[in-house]
Amino acid sequence: MTGKKPFETVVAAHGATVLRVCRAVVGPIDADDAWSETFLSAMKAYEELPVDANLEAWLVTIAHRKAIDVTRARSRRAIPVAETPDTGTAPAADSGDLDDVLVIALAALPAKQKQAVAYHYLADLPYNDVAAILGGSVEAARRAAADGIATLRRNYPGLTAPRLTGSKGEPQ
Amino acid sequence: MTTDDLGRNLTRAIPADAEHLSRLHDRLAAVALADGLLDIAYRTVDSPVGSLLLAATDVGLVRVAFASEGHEAVLQGLAERISPRILRARPRLDSVARELDEYFDGRRRTFDITLDWRLSHGFRATVLRHLPEIGYGQTATYAAVAQLADNPKAVRAVGTACATNPLPLVVPCHRVVRSDGGIGAYRGGAEAKRTLLTLEASS
Repeated sequence: MTGKKPFETVVAAHGATVLRVCRAVVGPIDADDAWSETFLSAMKAYEELPVDANLEAWLVTIAHRKAIDVTRARSRRAIPVAETPDTGTAPAADSGDLDDVLVIALAALPAKQKQAVAYHYLADLPYNDVAAILGGSVEAARRAAADGIATLRRNYPGLTAPRLTGSKGEPQ
Repeated sequence: MTTDDLGRNLTRAIPADAEHLSRLHDRLAAVALADGLLDIAYRTVDSPVGSLLLAATDVGLVRVAFASEGHEAVLQGLAERISPRILRARPRLDSVARELDEYFDGRRRTFDITLDWRLSHGFRATVLRHLPEIGYGQTATYAAVAQLADNPKAVRAVGTACATNPLPLVVPCHRVVRSDGGIGAYRGGAEAKRTLLTLEASS
């Protein structure tokens, strides 16, 4: 089968990852608009996309641009909005509380670090794809993600817990 | 804790739950439909002959498919033959679903649905357009339909047209039976054909 998949399949396969990326980059309030704009734009361009294109990298590239648009639109409107992550009712489990801390720490990162962390760790994109999206060198993308992770590690208590096996080294 | 674990923790910490995604999906479908971006809308409905896939273009209903055909394979076929801009979108198919419901309840004898005939060509299309002349609760033989289509010798071609009908149920190929009294083949299986003929005979 060489034909292009129905767009429904694309939304089903990548909708969750794109939503997480949008939430990480623009926060929970603007994420829905960024997600919708991303898939609308993707749908317009879908027919012209080569059949063998990497869909996730393509979608995250669009999401990156739409996130910038949404953020700009909000800052132009300049309506003060609480930026507290909307994680619903407080989870009872300890891991849930730690997750909240992680989300807050992520939201506080500088934009480029936040984007690099989101595209590499949430969307699983290799650093050359991340670099293509951010518009810098591969090394710069790698460094932005590493700096972001280092800050998260300082702010996220779970990450300072002793390693159980120590068999898995830190990349780079 | 490794950096891989951090990735997993991030994925867990940032929710993307199914219910929220389903709302976003429906909003996307509604906007795509309003903006003329959605080439094919589809939904599934339950019926006495199993789950049915209903697909419509902006022209009208273009495909009705039985579960036995494999709904995913049918959608892939539509993506290749018409357009890959396909989304599950119930509103465009609400009236079709309602009419089918009424039909299966025995409350409807003819369908008032705009059809998109683009998946049928040539003699097969001619045959299919004559099928609504066979009334509810009646049957006609393949030979009789060949005569209706002005080609009395094309009995086998009538069989092929019925077997490849892209709009079964709505275009009633189930009312075409063999001249020896046999029920004949059906896209949804002989059992489904029998169910429909029994339904129509008793309503």
